[in-house]
Amino acid sequence: MAAAITGAVPAELAGGQGAGPAPTRIVVAYGFWIFIISDIVMFSGLFAAYAVLSGNTAGGPTGPELFNLRNVFIETLCLLLSSYTCGLGALSAEWRRPGRFLIFAALTFVLGAAFLAIEFSEFARMVSEGAGPSRSAFLSAFFTLVGMHGTHVTIGLLWLIYVVAQVVAKGLRPAVLRRLLCFSLFWHALDIIWIGVMTLVYLMGD
Amino acid sequence: MDVDNRPPHGRTPGVEEYESGAGLLSYTVGLALAILATIASFVVSQTNLLWPPGITVGLVVLAIAQIGVHLVFFLHLGSGPDHTNNILALAFGVLIVFLVIAGSCWIIANLNANMMPIPPQ
Repeated sequence: MAAAITGAVPAELAGGQGAGPAPTRIVVAYGFWIFIISDIVMFSGLFAAYAVLSGNTAGGPTGPELFNLRNVFIETLCLLLSSYTCGLGALSAEWRRPGRFLIFAALTFVLGAAFLAIEFSEFARMVSEGAGPSRSAFLSAFFTLVGMHGTHVTIGLLWLIYVVAQVVAKGLRPAVLRRLLCFSLFWHALDIIWIGVMTLVYLMGD
Repeated sequence: MDVDNRPPHGRTPGVEEYESGAGLLSYTVGLALAILATIASFVVSQTNLLWPPGITVGLVVLAIAQIGVHLVFFLHLGSGPDHTNNILALAFGVLIVFLVIAGSCWIIANLNANMMPIPPQ
Protein backbone atom coordinates (compact mmCIF):
# COMPACT_ATOMS: atom_id res chain seq x y z
CA MET A 1 0.00 0.00 0.00
CA ALA A 2 3.02 2.25 0.12
CA ALA A 3 2.47 3.23 -3.48
CA ALA A 4 -1.06 4.39 -2.73
CA ILE A 5 0.05 6.44 0.25
CA THR A 6 2.88 8.24 -1.47
CA GLY A 7 0.98 8.61 -4.70
CA ALA A 8 3.77 6.97 -6.65
CA VAL A 9 2.82 5.19 -9.85
CA PRO A 10 3.96 1.55 -10.05
CA ALA A 11 6.78 1.15 -12.51
CA GLU A 12 4.85 -1.13 -14.82
CA LEU A 13 2.12 1.50 -15.17
CA ALA A 14 4.48 4.45 -15.53
CA GLY A 15 5.17 3.96 -19.20
CA GLY A 16 8.11 1.66 -18.71
CA GLN A 17 10.30 4.46 -17.44
CA GLY A 18 11.65 2.24 -14.70
CA ALA A 19 10.42 4.29 -11.76
CA GLY A 20 8.51 7.44 -11.05
CA PRO A 21 5.58 8.95 -12.88
CA ALA A 22 5.33 9.04 -16.67
CA PRO A 23 6.66 12.16 -18.48
CA THR A 24 4.26 15.09 -18.72
CA ARG A 25 4.01 14.63 -22.48
CA ILE A 26 2.67 11.07 -22.08
CA VAL A 27 0.19 12.13 -19.39
CA VAL A 28 -1.09 15.12 -21.39
CA ALA A 29 -1.49 13.01 -24.53
CA TYR A 30 -3.39 10.39 -22.53
CA GLY A 31 -5.76 12.96 -21.06
CA PHE A 32 -6.42 14.47 -24.47
CA TRP A 33 -6.88 10.99 -25.93
CA ILE A 34 -9.69 10.42 -23.39
CA PHE A 35 -11.36 13.61 -24.66
CA ILE A 36 -11.02 12.42 -28.28
CA ILE A 37 -12.58 9.06 -27.39
CA SER A 38 -15.51 10.85 -25.71
CA ASP A 39 -15.89 13.03 -28.80
CA ILE A 40 -16.00 9.91 -30.98
CA VAL A 41 -18.64 8.42 -28.65
CA MET A 42 -20.68 11.63 -29.15
CA PHE A 43 -20.33 11.22 -32.91
CA SER A 44 -21.48 7.60 -32.64
CA GLY A 45 -24.88 8.90 -31.51
CA LEU A 46 -25.11 11.04 -34.65
CA PHE A 47 -23.92 8.12 -36.82
CA ALA A 48 -26.59 5.91 -35.25
CA ALA A 49 -29.26 8.58 -35.89
CA TYR A 50 -28.17 8.86 -39.52
CA ALA A 51 -28.07 5.09 -40.02
CA VAL A 52 -31.59 4.80 -38.62
CA LEU A 53 -33.08 7.78 -40.47
CA SER A 54 -31.27 7.62 -43.82
CA GLY A 55 -34.20 5.88 -45.51
CA ASN A 56 -36.85 8.29 -44.22
CA THR A 57 -36.84 10.81 -47.05
CA ALA A 58 -40.54 11.77 -46.70
CA GLY A 59 -40.92 11.76 -50.48
CA GLY A 60 -38.08 14.25 -50.81
CA PRO A 61 -34.71 13.89 -52.51
CA THR A 62 -32.57 10.87 -51.67
CA GLY A 63 -28.84 10.73 -51.10
CA PRO A 64 -27.78 9.61 -54.61
CA GLU A 65 -29.81 12.48 -56.10
CA LEU A 66 -28.06 15.05 -53.92
CA PHE A 67 -24.47 13.94 -53.40
CA ASN A 68 -21.64 14.91 -55.71
CA LEU A 69 -19.04 12.18 -55.21
CA ARG A 70 -16.34 14.05 -57.13
CA ASN A 71 -16.51 16.84 -54.55
CA VAL A 72 -16.51 14.30 -51.71
CA PHE A 73 -13.33 12.77 -53.12
CA ILE A 74 -11.66 16.20 -53.32
CA GLU A 75 -12.79 16.95 -49.74
CA THR A 76 -11.27 13.65 -48.58
CA LEU A 77 -7.98 14.40 -50.31
CA CYS A 78 -7.91 17.88 -48.70
CA LEU A 79 -8.36 16.35 -45.24
CA LEU A 80 -5.78 13.59 -45.79
CA LEU A 81 -3.18 16.04 -47.12
CA SER A 82 -3.86 18.49 -44.29
CA SER A 83 -3.32 15.64 -41.82
CA TYR A 84 -0.01 14.92 -43.55
CA THR A 85 1.15 18.55 -43.45
CA CYS A 86 -0.01 18.77 -39.82
CA GLY A 87 2.18 15.76 -39.00
CA LEU A 88 5.14 17.27 -40.85
CA GLY A 89 4.54 20.54 -38.97
CA ALA A 90 4.61 18.71 -35.64
CA LEU A 91 7.86 16.99 -36.70
CA SER A 92 9.41 20.35 -37.71
CA ALA A 93 8.43 21.75 -34.30
CA GLU A 94 10.04 18.80 -32.53
CA TRP A 95 13.16 19.28 -34.63
CA ARG A 96 13.19 23.01 -33.68
CA ARG A 97 12.60 24.38 -37.18
CA PRO A 98 10.11 27.21 -36.55
CA GLY A 99 10.24 28.40 -40.16
CA ARG A 100 9.30 25.03 -41.60
CA PHE A 101 6.67 24.62 -38.89
CA LEU A 102 5.00 27.87 -39.98
CA ILE A 103 4.98 26.78 -43.65
CA PHE A 104 3.39 23.41 -42.80
CA ALA A 105 0.90 25.06 -40.44
CA ALA A 106 -0.12 27.45 -43.23
CA LEU A 107 -0.56 24.50 -45.65
CA THR A 108 -2.63 22.67 -43.03
CA PHE A 109 -4.83 25.73 -42.62
CA VAL A 110 -5.31 26.24 -46.36
CA LEU A 111 -6.22 22.58 -46.95
CA GLY A 112 -8.64 22.58 -44.00
CA ALA A 113 -10.21 25.81 -45.23
CA ALA A 114 -10.55 24.33 -48.74
CA PHE A 115 -12.39 21.34 -47.25
CA LEU A 116 -14.74 23.69 -45.40
CA ALA A 117 -15.33 25.83 -48.49
CA ILE A 118 -16.33 22.80 -50.59
CA GLU A 119 -18.57 21.47 -47.82
CA PHE A 120 -20.23 24.86 -47.32
CA SER A 121 -20.90 25.30 -51.04
CA GLU A 122 -22.45 21.81 -51.15
CA PHE A 123 -24.68 22.70 -48.19
CA ALA A 124 -25.68 25.98 -49.82
CA ARG A 125 -26.50 24.19 -53.08
CA MET A 126 -28.65 21.60 -51.29
CA VAL A 127 -30.55 24.26 -49.32
CA SER A 128 -31.13 26.29 -52.50
CA GLU A 129 -32.55 23.14 -54.17
CA GLY A 130 -35.10 22.86 -51.35
CA ALA A 131 -33.19 20.02 -49.65
CA GLY A 132 -32.50 21.84 -46.38
CA PRO A 133 -32.38 20.20 -42.94
CA SER A 134 -36.14 20.68 -42.43
CA ARG A 135 -37.11 18.75 -45.60
CA SER A 136 -36.98 15.21 -44.19
CA ALA A 137 -35.64 13.15 -41.28
CA PHE A 138 -32.90 11.91 -43.61
CA LEU A 139 -31.75 15.47 -44.34
CA SER A 140 -31.99 16.51 -40.67
CA ALA A 141 -29.69 13.64 -39.72
CA PHE A 142 -27.40 14.36 -42.69
CA PHE A 143 -26.94 18.05 -41.85
CA THR A 144 -26.48 17.28 -38.14
CA LEU A 145 -23.81 14.63 -38.71
CA VAL A 146 -21.85 16.27 -41.54
CA GLY A 147 -22.36 19.74 -40.06
CA MET A 148 -21.02 18.59 -36.68
CA HIS A 149 -17.88 17.32 -38.39
CA GLY A 150 -17.60 20.64 -40.24
CA THR A 151 -17.99 22.49 -36.93
CA HIS A 152 -15.12 20.45 -35.51
CA VAL A 153 -12.96 21.35 -38.51
CA THR A 154 -13.83 25.03 -38.00
CA ILE A 155 -12.87 24.83 -34.34
CA GLY A 156 -9.67 23.05 -35.38
CA LEU A 157 -8.76 25.90 -37.75
CA LEU A 158 -9.33 28.51 -35.02
CA TRP A 159 -7.25 26.38 -32.64
CA LEU A 160 -4.48 26.12 -35.25
CA ILE A 161 -4.31 29.94 -35.43
CA TYR A 162 -4.08 30.02 -31.63
CA VAL A 163 -1.28 27.42 -31.55
CA VAL A 164 0.68 29.21 -34.28
CA ALA A 165 0.31 32.49 -32.38
CA GLN A 166 1.71 30.78 -29.27
CA VAL A 167 4.67 29.38 -31.22
CA VAL A 168 5.38 32.84 -32.63
CA ALA A 169 4.98 34.61 -29.29
CA LYS A 170 6.57 32.08 -26.93
CA GLY A 171 8.79 29.93 -29.11
CA LEU A 172 8.96 26.13 -29.23
CA ARG A 173 9.13 25.56 -25.50
CA PRO A 174 7.90 22.25 -23.98
CA ALA A 175 4.47 23.54 -22.88
CA VAL A 176 3.78 24.96 -26.36
CA LEU A 177 4.93 21.68 -27.94
CA ARG A 178 2.46 19.78 -25.74
CA ARG A 179 -0.38 22.05 -26.91
CA LEU A 180 0.73 21.45 -30.49
CA LEU A 181 0.67 17.70 -29.79
CA CYS A 182 -2.94 17.97 -28.57
CA PHE A 183 -3.90 19.94 -31.67
CA SER A 184 -2.36 17.38 -34.01
CA LEU A 185 -4.12 14.54 -32.15
CA PHE A 186 -7.41 16.42 -32.62
CA TRP A 187 -6.72 17.07 -36.30
CA HIS A 188 -5.82 13.44 -37.04
CA ALA A 189 -8.89 12.24 -35.11
CA LEU A 190 -11.14 14.39 -37.33
CA ASP A 191 -9.87 12.35 -40.28
CA ILE A 192 -11.03 9.17 -38.58
CA ILE A 193 -14.52 10.66 -38.14
CA TRP A 194 -14.50 11.74 -41.79
CA ILE A 195 -13.71 8.19 -42.96
CA GLY A 196 -16.89 7.12 -41.17
CA VAL A 197 -18.89 9.96 -42.74
CA MET A 198 -17.49 9.27 -46.21
CA THR A 199 -18.23 5.55 -45.99
CA LEU A 200 -21.62 5.59 -44.28
CA VAL A 201 -23.14 8.74 -45.79
CA TYR A 202 -21.66 9.16 -49.23
CA LEU A 203 -20.46 5.75 -50.45
CA MET A 204 -23.04 3.42 -48.87
CA GLY A 205 -25.88 5.83 -49.66
CA ASP A 206 -24.94 5.87 -53.31
CA MET B 1 7.16 26.73 -14.88
CA ASP B 2 8.24 26.14 -18.43
CA VAL B 3 10.35 29.29 -18.25
CA ASP B 4 12.25 28.08 -15.19
CA ASN B 5 13.28 24.69 -16.46
CA ARG B 6 14.09 25.89 -19.96
CA PRO B 7 17.79 25.60 -20.60
CA PRO B 8 19.63 28.09 -22.82
CA HIS B 9 19.04 28.15 -26.57
CA GLY B 10 15.42 27.12 -26.02
CA ARG B 11 16.11 23.40 -26.11
CA THR B 12 14.10 21.00 -24.02
CA PRO B 13 15.75 19.37 -21.05
CA GLY B 14 16.40 15.68 -21.37
CA VAL B 15 13.40 14.83 -19.20
CA GLU B 16 11.03 14.81 -22.14
CA GLU B 17 12.47 12.49 -24.73
CA TYR B 18 10.52 12.28 -27.95
CA GLU B 19 9.70 8.99 -29.57
CA SER B 20 11.71 8.15 -32.62
CA GLY B 21 8.82 6.30 -34.24
CA ALA B 22 7.04 9.49 -35.26
CA GLY B 23 9.27 10.06 -38.26
CA LEU B 24 8.81 11.49 -41.70
CA LEU B 25 8.62 7.99 -43.19
CA SER B 26 5.73 7.08 -40.90
CA TYR B 27 3.62 10.03 -42.09
CA THR B 28 4.48 9.45 -45.75
CA VAL B 29 3.64 5.74 -45.64
CA GLY B 30 0.44 6.59 -43.75
CA LEU B 31 -0.60 9.16 -46.37
CA ALA B 32 0.08 6.72 -49.24
CA LEU B 33 -1.91 3.92 -47.58
CA ALA B 34 -4.77 6.27 -46.65
CA ILE B 35 -5.08 7.63 -50.21
CA LEU B 36 -4.93 4.06 -51.53
CA ALA B 37 -7.75 2.96 -49.20
CA THR B 38 -9.83 6.03 -50.13
CA ILE B 39 -9.45 5.37 -53.87
CA ALA B 40 -10.29 1.69 -53.29
CA SER B 41 -13.45 2.70 -51.39
CA PHE B 42 -14.62 4.97 -54.21
CA VAL B 43 -13.84 2.35 -56.87
CA VAL B 44 -15.66 -0.38 -54.92
CA SER B 45 -18.72 1.82 -54.42
CA GLN B 46 -18.90 3.03 -58.05
CA THR B 47 -18.15 -0.18 -59.96
CA ASN B 48 -19.23 -3.80 -59.86
CA LEU B 49 -15.71 -4.92 -59.04
CA LEU B 50 -17.15 -6.59 -55.95
CA TRP B 51 -20.20 -8.80 -55.99
CA PRO B 52 -22.94 -6.11 -55.58
CA PRO B 53 -24.52 -7.49 -52.36
CA GLY B 54 -21.04 -7.55 -50.82
CA ILE B 55 -20.22 -3.91 -51.57
CA THR B 56 -21.41 -2.73 -48.13
CA VAL B 57 -19.20 -5.26 -46.39
CA GLY B 58 -16.28 -4.30 -48.61
CA LEU B 59 -16.72 -0.62 -47.78
CA VAL B 60 -16.86 -1.35 -44.04
CA VAL B 61 -13.69 -3.43 -44.27
CA LEU B 62 -11.88 -0.67 -46.21
CA ALA B 63 -13.05 1.97 -43.70
CA ILE B 64 -11.81 -0.09 -40.74
CA ALA B 65 -8.50 -0.66 -42.53
CA GLN B 66 -8.10 3.06 -43.18
CA ILE B 67 -8.96 3.91 -39.57
CA GLY B 68 -6.26 1.45 -38.54
CA VAL B 69 -3.77 3.15 -40.87
CA HIS B 70 -4.63 6.54 -39.34
CA LEU B 71 -4.29 5.23 -35.78
CA VAL B 72 -0.90 3.66 -36.41
CA PHE B 73 0.78 6.08 -38.83
CA PHE B 74 -0.78 9.44 -37.89
CA LEU B 75 -1.75 9.03 -34.23
CA HIS B 76 1.25 6.73 -33.59
CA LEU B 77 -0.72 4.28 -31.54
CA GLY B 78 1.71 1.44 -30.98
CA SER B 79 2.14 -1.60 -28.81
CA GLY B 80 4.81 -0.03 -26.59
CA PRO B 81 4.37 0.29 -22.84
CA ASP B 82 3.64 4.03 -23.23
CA HIS B 83 0.54 3.16 -25.20
CA THR B 84 -1.09 0.59 -22.91
CA ASN B 85 -3.48 3.11 -21.38
CA ASN B 86 -4.29 4.68 -24.75
CA ILE B 87 -5.12 1.26 -26.23
CA LEU B 88 -7.36 0.42 -23.27
CA ALA B 89 -9.23 3.73 -23.61
CA LEU B 90 -9.60 3.13 -27.36
CA ALA B 91 -10.91 -0.40 -26.79
CA PHE B 92 -13.53 0.94 -24.39
CA GLY B 93 -14.48 3.66 -26.89
CA VAL B 94 -14.84 1.11 -29.69
CA LEU B 95 -17.10 -0.99 -27.44
CA ILE B 96 -19.38 1.99 -26.71
CA VAL B 97 -19.47 3.09 -30.36
CA PHE B 98 -20.37 -0.45 -31.43
CA LEU B 99 -23.12 -0.72 -28.77
CA VAL B 100 -24.65 2.66 -29.70
CA ILE B 101 -24.65 2.18 -33.49
CA ALA B 102 -25.41 -1.54 -33.73
CA GLY B 103 -27.92 -1.37 -30.85
CA SER B 104 -29.79 1.56 -32.41
CA CYS B 105 -29.98 -0.09 -35.81
CA TRP B 106 -31.14 -3.38 -34.28
CA ILE B 107 -33.84 -1.82 -32.10
CA ILE B 108 -35.22 0.53 -34.77
CA ALA B 109 -35.23 -2.24 -37.40
CA ASN B 110 -37.35 -4.30 -35.00
CA LEU B 111 -39.69 -1.37 -34.37
CA ASN B 112 -40.04 -0.73 -38.10
CA ALA B 113 -40.81 -4.40 -38.72
CA ASN B 114 -43.56 -4.31 -36.08
CA MET B 115 -45.20 -1.08 -37.28
CA MET B 116 -48.83 -1.31 -38.31
CA PRO B 117 -49.13 -0.89 -42.08
CA ILE B 118 -50.03 2.68 -43.03
CA PRO B 119 -53.41 2.69 -44.80
CA PRO B 120 -53.35 4.26 -48.26
CA GLN B 121 -54.77 7.77 -48.18
